[in-house]
Amino acid sequence: MSAPRTMLDKLWASHEVLRREDGVSLLWVDRHFVHEGSHHAFAKLAERGLPVAEPGLTFAVADHYAPTRDRTRIADPKIARMIETLRNNASHHNLRIFDLSDPSQGIVHVIGPELGLTLPGLLINCGDSHTSTHGAFGALAFGIGATEVAHVLATQTVWQRKPKAMRINVEGRLGFGVTAKDIALNWIGQLGSGGAQGHAIEYGGQTIRDLSMEGRMTLCNLSIEGGARFGMVAPDEVTLAYLKGREYAPSGADLKSAQKAWRGLITDEGAVFDREVTLSATDIAPTVTWGTSPEQALPITASIPSPDPTDPAKSNSVREALDYMALRPGQPLDGIPVDQVFIGSCTNGRIEDLREAALVLSGRRARVPGLVAPGSARVKAQAEAEGLDRIFQDAGLEWAASGCSMCVGMNGDVVAEGKRCASSTNRNFRGRQGRGARTHLMSPAMVAAAAVTGTITDVRPLLQGRAA
Amino acid sequence: MAGWSTQKGHALALAIDNIDTDQLIPARFMSVPRSEGYGRYLLHDMRRDDDEQLKADFPLNRHEGISILVAGHNFGSGSSREAAVYALVDAGIRAVIAPSFGDIFANNAINNGLLPARVDAEKVTQLQHALKDAPVLASIDLTENRLTIGDITATFELDEGWRVKLINGWDDIDLTQQHTQAINAHRDNRNRAAPWAWPNKPD
Ligand code: SF4
Repeated sequence: MSAPRTMLDKLWASHEVLRREDGVSLLWVDRHFVHEGSHHAFAKLAERGLPVAEPGLTFAVADHYAPTRDRTRIADPKIARMIETLRNNASHHNLRIFDLSDPSQGIVHVIGPELGLTLPGLLINCGDSHTSTHGAFGALAFGIGATEVAHVLATQTVWQRKPKAMRINVEGRLGFGVTAKDIALNWIGQLGSGGAQGHAIEYGGQTIRDLSMEGRMTLCNLSIEGGARFGMVAPDEVTLAYLKGREYAPSGADLKSAQKAWRGLITDEGAVFDREVTLSATDIAPTVTWGTSPEQALPITASIPSPDPTDPAKSNSVREALDYMALRPGQPLDGIPVDQVFIGSCTNGRIEDLREAALVLSGRRARVPGLVAPGSARVKAQAEAEGLDRIFQDAGLEWAASGCSMCVGMNGDVVAEGKRCASSTNRNFRGRQGRGARTHLMSPAMVAAAAVTGTITDVRPLLQGRAA
Repeated sequence: MAGWSTQKGHALALAIDNIDTDQLIPARFMSVPRSEGYGRYLLHDMRRDDDEQLKADFPLNRHEGISILVAGHNFGSGSSREAAVYALVDAGIRAVIAPSFGDIFANNAINNGLLPARVDAEKVTQLQHALKDAPVLASIDLTENRLTIGDITATFELDEGWRVKLINGWDDIDLTQQHTQAINAHRDNRNRAAPWAWPNKPD
């Protein structure tokens, strides 16, 4: 009998072409996603005159710079050029591109799963740190830089040292109004933004098994904010049901053998992790960030912390964060006025996220302006079929086309200097949503609550009588 | 890319934790072709005011010719944008010394000849104190994983594979192309054992 193995061990073994003397592995890449930001990598390829090794495994999508209004005439020449460059590279290398007008267009980490391009057992790379999202299916998925993107394009492989294995177990039932986003912000708040550095996280426990695929994706997506390049959930019946009938997913006889292989991916009984952390779901409340790092997160019932004089390094960063965010120690989180809201991104721009936000907004008016950018054109169509777009618009929020939008502001959707935004995105870094923008991260339902009250607030009372 | 084993230059303290990639280079500058140079965008919003003028009180603005930075925890956390490394390299930085780095950033650094030297937190604080806000002559020796700043010497941690790569200035694509046969064999085996791993063609 061989020793019990983790899911990470199994995934690693099935992709390892070879291992160098120094322990670094050359891994086979099953799927490679590129976007407008990949222009540096294509330029490197052109410099060497190299072709794309496996165009059939490479997919291009316009998302980071995708305009969310009037796509037919792009006013900003810089943005138009970025999208045009992607088009040219895709057509030159014969890659399938999900262009602005494609009914399957959307944020790369939303459309991969939606199309069934993302599957359990695969190794997936993209020049974007939130590639960890795809690990929700039981895949080895991680973000890479431009030099590595060029390398994958040229060789369909990537050099990587195997990370340490970490398991985060979450047990028990999530409380009313508490979501996967809150689980993520909670553990990052506890372990820190570098807390899982060098580790691949497998999320386990009953709470995780009870999550939908959307929730699992949100959780895996945010793994990078805790320092981990990989976040994974073992495939189960929820995963298999999600994948059924997706156009790029296997069908017929292939599906049978695939499902058998996928079921075999789960961590063996008795396999050892380098590190294990257990959280209790009942301890988790709706959580918001107050500072400029995702680790600066607290339950909505808490107050802004004071710099700790016994820890000079930490107290410095707390002071700087408070200064940037224009907040005072001791101020309750609940009640901080916001200037605007944003719902979208690869973290929380899926249909379930929009439903949760709409549940809060239905029949209510937003006190502050806001933007809703669905994660993909399909999410948009689905939301419109369900009438969610009306709910958002009746509340006074703007309903836009899909793309990264205000998560990163590359397409021109930015938060103005000094403005405070309640946001369903993933990074509250200084300047992330625009120069001088102040970002508070929270779940889409909490963003909706902030819209309704004009302040950061607890969504739970607003959900009374509306949610199960 | 040229390799290097030793480096001499002026070190400066940037005693801030969590300098993430969005701070190293704000997203709005990332559409620029590399040939135009990324140095002027390094830490753009920290260094420049609304009128694009350099702020006089920012350490990096007060001194020229800095090639080594001593920074805080979790340097380069955040996005995979290699442009963060381009901004450092194009501004003349050859090494960053910090207690911890974002994983993808560190990878990107190595691919561009920039050393992410991990030094324990206490030592980093000591170095920052020694530097205060004036640059000090420093030297780095990759062959011995050692650095000297003023009269303080420290050893740093670096993945062995990365060290060899930095010294030799190796390019991964050249390296990998020697393994084309093994890659093809792996692909063919996988295709037989797991045909489902190839995308179904809907159209
Ligand atoms: S939505 Fe934000 S985090 Fe996600 S891929 Fe786009 S820019 Fe990156």
